[in-house]
Amino acid sequence: MARRKPGVRPSTGRRGSAKSSARAPTLPQIRVNGVDHPVLLDADRSLLDVLREELGLTGAKYGCGEGECGACKVLVDGVAVRSCMTPVAEAVGRSITTIEGLAHGDRLHPVQQAFADTGAFQCGYCIPGMIIAAVSLLETNPHPTEKEVRTAMDGNICRCCGYLRILEAIRRAAQPSRGVGGGAP
Amino acid sequence: MKPSGESLPFDRLPPTERPYFERFGNGLVVVLAAVRPGPSGWGRGGPPHGGAWIHLGEDGKARAFTGKADVGQGTRTALMLLVAEELRLPLSSIELTMGDTDVSPWDMGTFGSRSMPDAAQHLRITGAAARTALTELAAAALGVVADRVELVDGRARVRGAKGPKPVPYGILVKGLRRVEMVSPSTRSISPSEWTKAGQPTMNVGGHDIVTGARRYTSDLHPPGMLYGKVLFPPSYGAKLRSVDLSRAQALPGVTAVHEGDFVAVAAPDLPSARSALKAIRAEWETSPQPSEREIVDFLRHHPVEGEDFWDVVHHETGDVDAALVAAPVSLHETYSTAYIAHVPMETHAVLAAWEGERLTVWLGGQTPFRARDALSDALGLSPANVRVIVPPTGSGFGGKHAGDLAIGAARLAKAAGRPVRITYTREEEFTQAYFRPMAVVEIRSGAKNDGTLTAWQFHNLNAGAAAALLPYKVPNQKIGNQPVDSPLPQGSYRALAATANNFARESHIDELAARVGADPVEYRLRHLADDRLAAVLKAVAERAGWTPRRGSRVRDRARGHGQGIAVGLEKEGRVATFAEVRVLEDRRLEVVRIVTGFECGAIVHPSNLQSQIEGGTVMALGGALFEAIHFDGGRILNPRLSAYRVPRFRDVPPIEVLLLDRRDLPSQGGGETPLIAVAPAVANAIFDATGTRLRSLPLVPDGTVP
Repeated sequence: MARRKPGVRPSTGRRGSAKSSARAPTLPQIRVNGVDHPVLLDADRSLLDVLREELGLTGAKYGCGEGECGACKVLVDGVAVRSCMTPVAEAVGRSITTIEGLAHGDRLHPVQQAFADTGAFQCGYCIPGMIIAAVSLLETNPHPTEKEVRTAMDGNICRCCGYLRILEAIRRAAQPSRGVGGGAP
Repeated sequence: MKPSGESLPFDRLPPTERPYFERFGNGLVVVLAAVRPGPSGWGRGGPPHGGAWIHLGEDGKARAFTGKADVGQGTRTALMLLVAEELRLPLSSIELTMGDTDVSPWDMGTFGSRSMPDAAQHLRITGAAARTALTELAAAALGVVADRVELVDGRARVRGAKGPKPVPYGILVKGLRRVEMVSPSTRSISPSEWTKAGQPTMNVGGHDIVTGARRYTSDLHPPGMLYGKVLFPPSYGAKLRSVDLSRAQALPGVTAVHEGDFVAVAAPDLPSARSALKAIRAEWETSPQPSEREIVDFLRHHPVEGEDFWDVVHHETGDVDAALVAAPVSLHETYSTAYIAHVPMETHAVLAAWEGERLTVWLGGQTPFRARDALSDALGLSPANVRVIVPPTGSGFGGKHAGDLAIGAARLAKAAGRPVRITYTREEEFTQAYFRPMAVVEIRSGAKNDGTLTAWQFHNLNAGAAAALLPYKVPNQKIGNQPVDSPLPQGSYRALAATANNFARESHIDELAARVGADPVEYRLRHLADDRLAAVLKAVAERAGWTPRRGSRVRDRARGHGQGIAVGLEKEGRVATFAEVRVLEDRRLEVVRIVTGFECGAIVHPSNLQSQIEGGTVMALGGALFEAIHFDGGRILNPRLSAYRVPRFRDVPPIEVLLLDRRDLPSQGGGETPLIAVAPAVANAIFDATGTRLRSLPLVPDGTVP
């Protein structure tokens, strides 16, 4: 595809306060994908806003702003939370993993790999939240029944309604041979 | 480029004068000529289109261009497969640019399931012409006649084992700057000989999706970008009486704009933008708006002339009035559907950036060229100075055709002197987008005592004409529709009118079959005028294990279980859907199983088609069972996902999909038609289970059968 954007280029890098950790030692910090970032504790700002608009981590998506769709899910200390409902203050001192931090270098997390191998995506917008929710589920329940998967995933909406493929991907990721759950081989 | 051409955008330059090589480097370019819109819009030779072009570069890659957008429906991979097929290239050597008005052919927009019957055919024929041109270049390079040249995986070689070393395409076009037009005699590869198209294939782009690297419009953030917020009226029909921006303008870094009815702010971060919006003081003059309770009456009393994209149907054969009077069996029923929302996962998003007098807009949308023209008109710019790019988009379903948001972002960006992005909140998405129209469909039918249909009178209020015509043989017919001045904004939606018309017709046919004691499958087959549709119906009935009903209804099913079936013919696609439901003792409804068969000619991308049908079926279940917009006094009462229910994991039944591949027939779209038989199949199954006939969508808003 021809990438000839005249003038302004959408940036994908980190912005704003993200780079300034050395210069702002007094600010509280959140640890995102293994890197500490100072944050302003503003009641108006959700963790999602900080991740997306300040740290440039746009993998977590805005979908509803009221915790109904799951597009904004990230792992906080290994558990999926809805970052649109999480004041950034609640994330201070905790370890956050976003979809961008799930793979090890070029090696996808087994759940990511299963989604890719299954073709479990249409527009793809909900998929980061789906993967985070599935990772969180399989961490606590490595071999869930289909009913347990549906219950655990019911807080995530896919408007393309690719639910059957997503269920297949999670089933694939949960196969014992694939080593999901605590990252054990 | 000639100086005279500078005021014309790329797509409007004569095909041989476009700066292909300046933009994409040396190579061979093959161009299919455009079919321009006629004076009445739609040309005689079908829909107007901007043609297609393919650039074969020295790097051995084929760059193909289309004005269509892929907002998640998977057409990108399908189109790439066809180009790869024609050019004998691996998929990885194809780059497809979609929906970029600076380099794409002009296109009406991505709607109406036109990507396969139109864009795909344009790219196929252009690819075929490029293959011919490559073959001739190869013949010269290899020193043989063209008949002896074989193209395999990006290389040209002499047929048979012996001969010179294969030559990569990139070498064949080295130093070339040649533009060729597609000749009318060009023939594309017959689907019966496809080796790449028609095969199971993974959609491209999966890695970026699962790693979160894919950038949608709402993810774009150029340096210095401001966040835009628009002041919207508090209710439909409200007019701005006065506005005071001073408090908003006093906030640091805030730009406020007021032009006509457009009032908006831009600020360096989201919280500031929200505060600035709240700081605007505005007075509105509201006007009375109909409530949901009186909506049917309102629609009946507000007809308008039908000059819209969904068109008008007036079809009459025989003498329907006389036939209705004479019929020993007759039925007169009214069916309705609700206003529903698209609810794309990514809300509307647009980014506008100026560079002098030149404007670039990144738009999550389905109609980039319409947006370009709207921007150029509204802002007084030459179309050559407006570029609209459709980045990856978080779905559309027909809901992303409007250009107003882009104009607003451009105005804000101009005033602020910085790029501005506007992303709707979910509530704005509900209240400021448009809805699938509500429909009221009235059917009067007449039949002989044995059930043979003799009369069919069909009238649709508000929702449109699609799929209103009968796929059944009936000698006396009168079919029409009446567009209405809708009190809620309404517009395109995935299979909008076809869903309403098909629900009404297929419910009514089921009612007639029950009345005369006929089996619903046999009754349909007896009347079907279309062999292809009959084949789909038979295949689905067989796969589903349809239990025929004879005489009075058979009630030997397991307690509370019911089966229903429905068919549909729309946009040249044929669908049949079987549904099995269970009504529990507390009247809660469970959809137990769905089987859908679909035939759309030669299938280009079966994996994606299957995915479209599975997803479309679940989406259609939402509209069939529980989705509805509630409103009063010009306000939407449920503009949130916590109040507007869409299908979730718990709502998804097992779905079996039967793809009937007809390699002998032209390829048609599959994103819409597979939805249209779902609601009637479920309604018919509920009737079979309970004897209760439900004639309004959503069928079970609270989850229970009345």
